[in-house]
Amino acid sequence: MSVSNRDVMLDGLWKNNPGLVQLLGLCPLLAVTGTFINGLGLGIATTLVLIGSNLVVSVIRNVVRPEIRIPIFVLVIASLVTAVELGMQAWFHDLYRMLGIFIPLIVTNCAIIGRAEAFASREPPGRAALDGLMMGLGFTGVLVVLGAAREIIGHGTLFAGAEMMFGPAAAQLELSLPGGLLLAVLPPGAFIGLGLLIAAKNVIDARSTRRARRADILATAEPSV
Amino acid sequence: MSADSPGLARNMGLATALLAGFSIFGVALVAVTEQVTRERIAANERAYTLRSLDEILPPESRNNEMFTDTITVTDPELLGSDQPVTVYRARLDGRPVAAILRITTPNGYSGPIRLLVGIFDDGRVAGVRVVGHRETPGLGDAIESDRSDWILDFAGRSLGDPPEAGWSVKRDGGVFDQFTGATITPRAVTRAVRDALIYFRTHRDDLFAAPPEEHEP
Repeated sequence: MSVSNRDVMLDGLWKNNPGLVQLLGLCPLLAVTGTFINGLGLGIATTLVLIGSNLVVSVIRNVVRPEIRIPIFVLVIASLVTAVELGMQAWFHDLYRMLGIFIPLIVTNCAIIGRAEAFASREPPGRAALDGLMMGLGFTGVLVVLGAAREIIGHGTLFAGAEMMFGPAAAQLELSLPGGLLLAVLPPGAFIGLGLLIAAKNVIDARSTRRARRADILATAEPSV
Repeated sequence: MSADSPGLARNMGLATALLAGFSIFGVALVAVTEQVTRERIAANERAYTLRSLDEILPPESRNNEMFTDTITVTDPELLGSDQPVTVYRARLDGRPVAAILRITTPNGYSGPIRLLVGIFDDGRVAGVRVVGHRETPGLGDAIESDRSDWILDFAGRSLGDPPEAGWSVKRDGGVFDQFTGATITPRAVTRAVRDALIYFRTHRDDLFAAPPEEHEP
């Protein structure tokens, strides 16, 4: 119990974000973020797998012998991904078609086995599931922001294809904006966009550390005044 | 060494049992999910195909079970691949209305382009839709009907309109537009449609006469 639940949440969402800090799962992150909805779809699928795999790995952590833990984790993750894939095919068929190969490829997302090994295999189930949820949400956040930015700049739309997730009524959600810079939807756009996001996070972090330090100095200086 | 053996064997046995146990768990999970979702997935696949068929050929122009009234044909020369091509046949009160060919052209800019080409009984194009491709977003993807009206231009055309020499993009002396920055993609689609029409002209009677193929239940 070295870290509090609050820290687990902060870690996944911001401090140790799988997309911006650990830089795990870059392949799907860069490949599917052409639109907001694609990003959201893959994010949700990844989050489901992360919660499931963290939970199972944590439940079995005392049974599994260390020398065979990796093949067992892989088995668990692969089964869960296949189940999620079938579920998407049944209930979000259009989205499944759009995301195509990247759903089965969630198996190879290092963020998932990484969390199983680094966190879930040492913590009780509740906290492992929380970690899965938070890491998943952190990853989804990056996918969604990058997807939205590339869609706005590249296609000049936002929420295109929302009907694939939320039913026909959601088709009206699609916004048309001026835009159409081709580079943003091509692969280099994904790299540039992710680079800018990481840079933005670092700027925000640097600013808050500076502010914290200043507050420290003020706090220690005050009594002497 | 001999003292280690029983322990080692026991360890290996345990590890094997654990691995086998989790394999069974995984297989069970997948099998159950497959059972639960199978029907929905089949229905989705069907609905998806029907939707694209409807887009080419309005449902009121036919009254047969087009989805199951299919045959497969093979013609590497004209239909773009040595794989069998599915042909959906539309009939109205038993009379042939149109055939929709599910063809794949290998000549796309970045991989094959999968098309549905609908051809009326009299040889006119009913409509063409792209069902799968990997062309450059923003350039080649204008062949999608959601992105531009380019592909709608084929409807109503036939091998005499334009004459066969005109069945290519403008850059090659034909009548069909190419896109700024992308000639290969529209060229591949135009050629695939023309070849499908030529195939239809020579095989029209066989296409409609052949009995429908058996389908998996």
